[in-house]
Amino acid sequence: MTLRQPSMLAVMSIPPTTDQVEQPAIHVQGLEKSFKHLKVLRGVDLEVARGSIFALLGSNGAGKTTVVKILSTLLKADTGAARVNGFDVATQAADVRESISLTGQFAAVDEILSGRENLVLVARLRHLKDPGAIADDLLRRFSLTEAGTRRVATYSGGMRRRLDIAMSLIGNPPVIFLDEPTTGLDPEARIEVWQAVKELAEGGTTVLLTTQYLDEAEQLADRIAILHEGRIIVNGTLNELKQLLPAPEVEYVEKQPTLEDVFLTLVGARTDKEQR
Amino acid sequence: MNRHFLGDTAVLLGRSLRHITRSPDTIITTAIMPIAFMLLFVYVFGGAIETGSDSYVNYLLPGILLITIASGISYTAYRLFLDMQGGIFERFQSMPIARSAVLWAHVLTSLVANLTSLVVVVGVALLMGFRTGAGVLGWLAVVGILVLFTLALTWIAVIPGLTAKSVDGASAFSYPLIFLPFISSAFVPTESMPGPVRAFAEHQPVTSIVNAIRDLFTRQPVGTDIWTALAWCAGILVVAYMFANISYRRRIS
Repeated sequence: MTLRQPSMLAVMSIPPTTDQVEQPAIHVQGLEKSFKHLKVLRGVDLEVARGSIFALLGSNGAGKTTVVKILSTLLKADTGAARVNGFDVATQAADVRESISLTGQFAAVDEILSGRENLVLVARLRHLKDPGAIADDLLRRFSLTEAGTRRVATYSGGMRRRLDIAMSLIGNPPVIFLDEPTTGLDPEARIEVWQAVKELAEGGTTVLLTTQYLDEAEQLADRIAILHEGRIIVNGTLNELKQLLPAPEVEYVEKQPTLEDVFLTLVGARTDKEQR
Repeated sequence: MNRHFLGDTAVLLGRSLRHITRSPDTIITTAIMPIAFMLLFVYVFGGAIETGSDSYVNYLLPGILLITIASGISYTAYRLFLDMQGGIFERFQSMPIARSAVLWAHVLTSLVANLTSLVVVVGVALLMGFRTGAGVLGWLAVVGILVLFTLALTWIAVIPGLTAKSVDGASAFSYPLIFLPFISSAFVPTESMPGPVRAFAEHQPVTSIVNAIRDLFTRQPVGTDIWTALAWCAGILVVAYMFANISYRRRIS
């Protein structure tokens, strides 16, 4: 996957106005949301800088998906304000939808169509010229060219997720939401997805991802926020977060390979570093 | 957003039609039950039914066509439900498309699929001896009524498609609709029914629609039946469309 290659998609992206460049890509203040009597969000504040990867960390039911749904205009907040790419999610929903892409918790792909047809479908719905070329380009970048004409129902979990993310890149939206992008994937597929996300951010896309895996946040994110019981309890870089705990004492411990190292060595997958 | 409505609907219609061409069994299963009813009633019960018509298959076909539509529309609820279950519905909703295009694509798909099933059923009826003297205008009127009836019932189907909690729930609503023609003039003249049943049969939508189509096929003057039929179809269409849109708005906000 070589996402850094200059692609024809870049031509079609929405150029941010000078005004928008000044602002953070995502700005959230005092977000509250209840479902019936259940208070899911109790005042969420966060800010995501342009071109950065922001991880929203939390256990199941912490409200991560609710935040993503509000930011992607699928849900309305009870109170609070949220701006994405400079647009208000409540009053400028159409502009927000032009600026974002959502990859939900469950791969949002059409099983009956082929991979290529899925990509063409999204390119058409984003009203882009030459959907076929866009689809072929993405199939190549996500190593799906051979599988492109097969029905998605025959894809593995990792391939489905890759297609899902490829669909989200169509039209080069400046902000991408990934809701638990690696839940249910095997270790190799996870690394593939991580690689794709990193390359996206290097290309200038802002990524907000939710995850319940601590190592995922550690691997990917420029900033990490922990959402707990409807509030952000900490927000900072990995180093800032580590400093919250008392400084570690130096101990000499024999370096043991993790089970993941063992697994990846045995099945012959290249690790993240070796790919570079 | 509405500037994209037609284009987006066309793209999404293409998608759903592809679903149908890849599982044409939905067209066949839609047609099988009505054809089975037609065979059963014409060759088993038909000999004992006194309709005053020269051929029972001629008498029966209009009702069979309505049963075909009633069973066909459950696929709309089914397909819509599957879209909601998977993430694709949310993907569409988070994209810069005309939001109503998502529903209209399913409704128009239902129209295409049902018209195809109807052609299959009429083909079988012709093999069984169905004959009509209806001219081009007569056929156009029949098709018009069937299109309106399909749209009305499809918008009803959209409601469980959007609100159902399970696949079974999404398609179970169509059983009463399939049953309705049995208590109408579709199989036997209403005059033969006991009082209260007859009163119900004569004042429910199916009877007027069946009578109007039958008159068009036999080149009889259609009388008031066709207006009652159109009023029923239009009324159901408007009410179902309203409720479907209320369910939709509830679902997407």
